[in-house]
Amino acid sequence: MEQERIRNFSIIAHIDHGKSTLADRILELTGAVTGRQLREQVLDTMELERERGITIKAQAVRVSWRDHELNLIDTPGHVDFTYEVSRSLQACEGAVLVVDAAQGIEAQTVANAYLAIENDLEIVPVVNKIDLPQADPDAAAREIAELVGESPDRALRISAKTGEGVEAVLDAIIERIPPPSGDVTLEAPPRALVFDSAYDQYRGVVAFVRVVDGSFRARDPLRAMAQGTRFEAEEVGFFSPTMSAAEELGAGEVGYVITGLKDVSRLRVGDTLTSERRPAGEPLPGYKDVKPMVFAGLFPTDSDEYPELRDALEKLKLNDASLFYEPETSQALGFGFRCGFLGLLHMEIVRERLEREFDLDLLVTAPNVAYRVATKAGEELEVHNPSEMPREVERIEEPYIKASIIVPKDFVGPVMELNTERRGRFDHMEYLSEERVLLDYELPLGEIVLDYYDQLKSRTKGYASFDYDVLGFREGKLERVDVLIAGEPVDALSLIVHRDGAYARGRQLVDRLREEIPRQFFDVAVQAAIGSRVIARETIKAKRKDVLAKCYGGDITRKRKLLEQQKKGKKRMKQVGSVEVPQEAFLAVLNLDGGKK
Amino acid sequence: MSAGGAVRHLYVHLPFCASRCGYCDFVTVVGRGGQHQAYVTALLAELSLEHEVLAPGLESVFLGGGTPTFTAPGELRRLLHALPPAEEVTVEANPETVTPVVAALLRESGVTRVSLGAQSFQPGLLAVLERRASPADVRRAVYALRDVGFDNISLDLIYGIPGQGAADLDADLSEALALEPEHLSCYELEAKQGTRFTHAHGAELARQAEAMESYFERVVARVTAAGYRWYETANFCRKPQLADGRDLRSRHNLAYWRSRDYLGLGIGAVSTIHGRRWRTKPRLGPYLAALAAGTPPPREVEELSAPVRRSERVLLGLRLDEPLALGTGLDRAVDWSAVERLERLGLVRRGDPASDTLALTKRGRFLGGGVTAELLA
Repeated sequence: MEQERIRNFSIIAHIDHGKSTLADRILELTGAVTGRQLREQVLDTMELERERGITIKAQAVRVSWRDHELNLIDTPGHVDFTYEVSRSLQACEGAVLVVDAAQGIEAQTVANAYLAIENDLEIVPVVNKIDLPQADPDAAAREIAELVGESPDRALRISAKTGEGVEAVLDAIIERIPPPSGDVTLEAPPRALVFDSAYDQYRGVVAFVRVVDGSFRARDPLRAMAQGTRFEAEEVGFFSPTMSAAEELGAGEVGYVITGLKDVSRLRVGDTLTSERRPAGEPLPGYKDVKPMVFAGLFPTDSDEYPELRDALEKLKLNDASLFYEPETSQALGFGFRCGFLGLLHMEIVRERLEREFDLDLLVTAPNVAYRVATKAGEELEVHNPSEMPREVERIEEPYIKASIIVPKDFVGPVMELNTERRGRFDHMEYLSEERVLLDYELPLGEIVLDYYDQLKSRTKGYASFDYDVLGFREGKLERVDVLIAGEPVDALSLIVHRDGAYARGRQLVDRLREEIPRQFFDVAVQAAIGSRVIARETIKAKRKDVLAKCYGGDITRKRKLLEQQKKGKKRMKQVGSVEVPQEAFLAVLNLDGGKK
Repeated sequence: MSAGGAVRHLYVHLPFCASRCGYCDFVTVVGRGGQHQAYVTALLAELSLEHEVLAPGLESVFLGGGTPTFTAPGELRRLLHALPPAEEVTVEANPETVTPVVAALLRESGVTRVSLGAQSFQPGLLAVLERRASPADVRRAVYALRDVGFDNISLDLIYGIPGQGAADLDADLSEALALEPEHLSCYELEAKQGTRFTHAHGAELARQAEAMESYFERVVARVTAAGYRWYETANFCRKPQLADGRDLRSRHNLAYWRSRDYLGLGIGAVSTIHGRRWRTKPRLGPYLAALAAGTPPPREVEELSAPVRRSERVLLGLRLDEPLALGTGLDRAVDWSAVERLERLGLVRRGDPASDTLALTKRGRFLGGGVTAELLA
């Protein structure tokens, strides 16, 4: 199809503002699926996504409308996948920006709108859910207009649920969004942007691509320019919404390439495909090697399940190039893996999939961020695990983020307070409307990974919306705090904290352990220390009595069973030096921020 | 009546009580006054069914309860006279039941030792325990027993009663020691989950748990200072030099701690003979009916495997103050790396290699339960 009659677009929206419902209506209206075929929210394939209302893996669907070919490119819906979202947007010329008529714009709306604007996309503003009784379409339209710098009248008013106004959205896509403008000449070296990839058990890695210049056909020998991966296209085609093979994918078109590769990490999002025969000189701009920023240890609760966990991670990794893992051995928790994630939600998703799809019972340690460390010896390294932090360091850098928070104006105070507690640096504040305020802060990511989001929600009665972008690494006055039980350092409990919070945190850890570790046959010192300096200490006093008072002829069996039980209980404990520590004690401490507070 | 068996210890359970105490978890029967005769008849029927296992001369007979001395005096006498004679015959008694008449009855019926359930000397604490006796009853009972010539009296004390302060405990110990019993058993109150007692007093027990931590040590210190031997976790007896050279340990209970075989008669009674343990079911009706028909009463049987028997010998033997001899295969019941660890902590002591024994140190005895759990293989 000539480029003039192609439109490539995404739908961007805050969670629950109706992106998936609108996508369903579009598929229905264009006849891509009939009402009968339409299960709720066609684009979200994984069970988990549907429950969370988010989309992990982008896909693209081709539909026809008034003699045009429209490609709807789905974007991941969360903050952890900003880079993936930006690549999906890069594959489009326009974006439908959906805002809930009752909620108005949210932090994620803003972040995505900015991303779309950065990518020079034409924005089609849509106010959704106008059928809701509490809808205020005028207010929502004004907020969008303010955000994208257009007249409020340009915003379409629809109800994706009832279908009202959806045709007008399709028409606006054709009218307002420009067609692609790639090089279609025959001799043009082909270039296609990989905006997502998925692993299929039978067909290997499937790349989702947007062809920019030239065309791609099956059997073409191809190369991914950034990574240098070479393969032959086994098949090219598009989704409508089922997979349909095609003879070729031409300039401006969106579709898939079956690569036959066995490992998604060999074809990363943002890379450029070109032909081996007529290679392009320059890749498309914007490729980034996305690195995990949040790390946590994953351990099977039952140590016999270690092989199952390993296999499950291998399988997940096939479909998730940004998941990182390596074996980790903890004296307290046994064998497991240190895993790296793009962010907290990514971590939650991986954990839930491991537990749900692979039926594993997991123990997840408190997450920490990646640190860049310069040692006194002049060595530079990246540390993903507090217990690996060298004790003698010249400098530690930690990742910082730019956080955007939108709240009703009454909650500005509590949000500022929270951000100050978390070492945030105020950047600026903007009134989006009379009622709603956008706050920008710079914050250490390490202050976000524990319970920031829960705190934000609870201090704003759930009204705050939050989005962030990684800014890079900055030096911080950070200290490694170790926990010692009876003089033995406990690797799983080491943490990196800011100097100002080290004492309080050490105290908290020690108090909690004192509560959780049962009394032993001897006094047990529990200490928190920075290097050799003890910053908090408690003693668990030795037991003074532990006897079964009466034991005569009638009691022997019961007493024996009691002792057997006691013996079994001891076996379940982890031995730290000579101290028996129940697994629950580690959990309680590792959940310090997640659990009670 | 005795035959050619080897069992030298006989336990007889008399379940009847005037009322049930809140903390009690023994097999007891309240308010069946009319059945004492039938029960004693059944006991004797059970004895005649089982008597072949008994040795010609018994070392000990022990009548426990319930409240044996609550049994109708005529029936109690009939029973005592029908039982085979033994070197030590103990009867448990509640103080309020020990009148001069009952004391004389016991004495005349061949009883050599009386174990009195004093529990406490504080009226308030006795009320918490729902005991019927007053402190004066305890003293009266002791005097009544002394008057008819008993020279082996044991008192039971309970500590850790809800509301019991350290001073209360000291007072109880002083009162008990003043009566100069030959033997003392001191138990920490066990508040079992789900009992009426725990329901009523659980919160108070939790509150005073920390304060009571030291009570066991206090009991041992006071009682041993008064010239008693701490010969078992919860049991004390006057040292021979203060008792005309007599060994006043309970011979019957020593048999349990030394893993000897014993025959038990009556509802809820346990027997252990030749690696087989059985417990007669605790319901009175079926017991009487079975024995009236000349058949054994309903029982639950537990076969004790060789490793279980070894474990039991260790866990029982370590309750005593004498070293446990390990020679006869018992070493297999023990986790030697645990023993080494516990030895380093000063909780366990190994004899010299030649004697091959194991004993708990004084501190180890205070922690006997946990230490034993750890050192069992």
